[in-house]
Amino acid sequence: MKELSLHILDIAQNSIAAGAKHVDLTVEEGEGLLRITVADDGRGMSPEFLASVTDPFTTTRTTRKVGLGLPLLRLAAEQTGGGLRVESRLGVGTTVTAAFRADHIDCPPLGDTASTVSLLAQGLPEGMELTYTRRTPRGEFRFDTAEIRAVLGPDVPLSEPEVAEWMRGYVAEGEEGLA
Amino acid sequence: MKSLEELRAIREKMQKQIDIRENSADDIRVVVGMATCGIAAGARPVLTAFLEEVAKRELKNVTVTQTGCIGVCRLEPIAEVYVPGEEKVTYVKLTPEKVPRIVAEHLVNHNPVTEYTIGAAE
Ligand SMILES: Nc1ncnc2c1ncn2[C@@H]1O[C@H](COP(=O)(O)OP(=O)(O)OP(=O)(O)O)[C@@H](O)[C@H]1O
Ligand code: FES
Ligand SMILES: [Mg+2]
Repeated sequence: MKELSLHILDIAQNSIAAGAKHVDLTVEEGEGLLRITVADDGRGMSPEFLASVTDPFTTTRTTRKVGLGLPLLRLAAEQTGGGLRVESRLGVGTTVTAAFRADHIDCPPLGDTASTVSLLAQGLPEGMELTYTRRTPRGEFRFDTAEIRAVLGPDVPLSEPEVAEWMRGYVAEGEEGLA
Repeated sequence: MKSLEELRAIREKMQKQIDIRENSADDIRVVVGMATCGIAAGARPVLTAFLEEVAKRELKNVTVTQTGCIGVCRLEPIAEVYVPGEEKVTYVKLTPEKVPRIVAEHLVNHNPVTEYTIGAAE
C-alpha cells in the first residue's frame, strides 16, 4: 500500500465484516511516532484464530484463504521499526494498533485520510457508526457519523454521493493545519 | 469552509427530491470492489471518482455501493454496473480517468463502454 490511509480503509473493512456497531479510528502523531488504531465492537476472534491471523505464514491453515490485510499492515509497521498489536475477544470486539516510526525512510505517507474516512462513512451498513480522531502536537480533529446523521435526519443517507463529497471536504479541511 | 450549514442545505435539497423520486427499484447500481487487493490496486480513487461524477451530474437514480472481493485480483480495480432489465456489466482495471466516460455513456445513456469491460480484457 502506498499510503497508511489505505491500510486504514482496508482494516476498517474487517470491522464492518465483523458486524460491529461502532468503529473508532484514531491517528496520533508525535515524537517521531505515528500510531493508527482501529477499534470495534464486532464479533471478535478466539485466541487461536487471532494467532493465525497475525502470523499467517507460520501457521498451518486448512479452513480458509490467507487474509492479506493484517499481515500487510504488520509488515509495513515492522519495516519502519514499529509493530502491530491485535487485541480481540470473542463477542466483545477487536482493537488493531499499528505503530510506525514516522522518520524512517520506509514509512509510507499517511496520505488521503479524508477519502478513507468519507468512503468508509459512505459505505457503512445500516445501524453502524464511525468516529475518526486525528491528533497531532498542533491539535485535534474529530469526526463522528452520528453527528452527521443527526444533521441529515432520517431521509438522507450517508451513502448519497453529494453527502460523501461533503464529508470528504469536511474532513480534509478539518485536518488542514494539523500535520 | 465546509460547514454543517452546507450539510443542512444538502439535506433540504435532497428531501425535496425524495418526494418527487420514482420507484427505487429502477435504480442503477454501481458496486466497487474494496477488498485488500482492490484497495492496493487503486480502488479508492475509482470509488471517489464515481461518487464525484454522480454527485456532479445529480443522477438521482444511481446508487454507488462497496463490496469486498469480486474474485479476480489481477483485474482490480473492478466495478460492476447493474441496470434494471439489462445484463450486469463488469468493468476492470479501472482508473479515475475512465470513470467519467462510464458515467456519461453507460449510466446516463445506457451504452456500456465495451473496451473497459472484462470481456475486452480477457
Ligand atoms: N476486526 C475484526 N473482527 C473480527 N475478525 C477479524 C477482524 N479483523 C480481522 N478478522 C479476521 O481475520 C481475518 C483476516 O483478516 P485480514 O484483514 O488479514 O484478511 P481478510 O479480511 O480475510 O482478507 P483481505 O486480504 O481481503 O483483507 C478475517 O477474515 C477475519 O476472519
Ligand atoms: S482477493 Fe482480490 S479480487 Fe478478491
Ligand atoms: Mg481485510
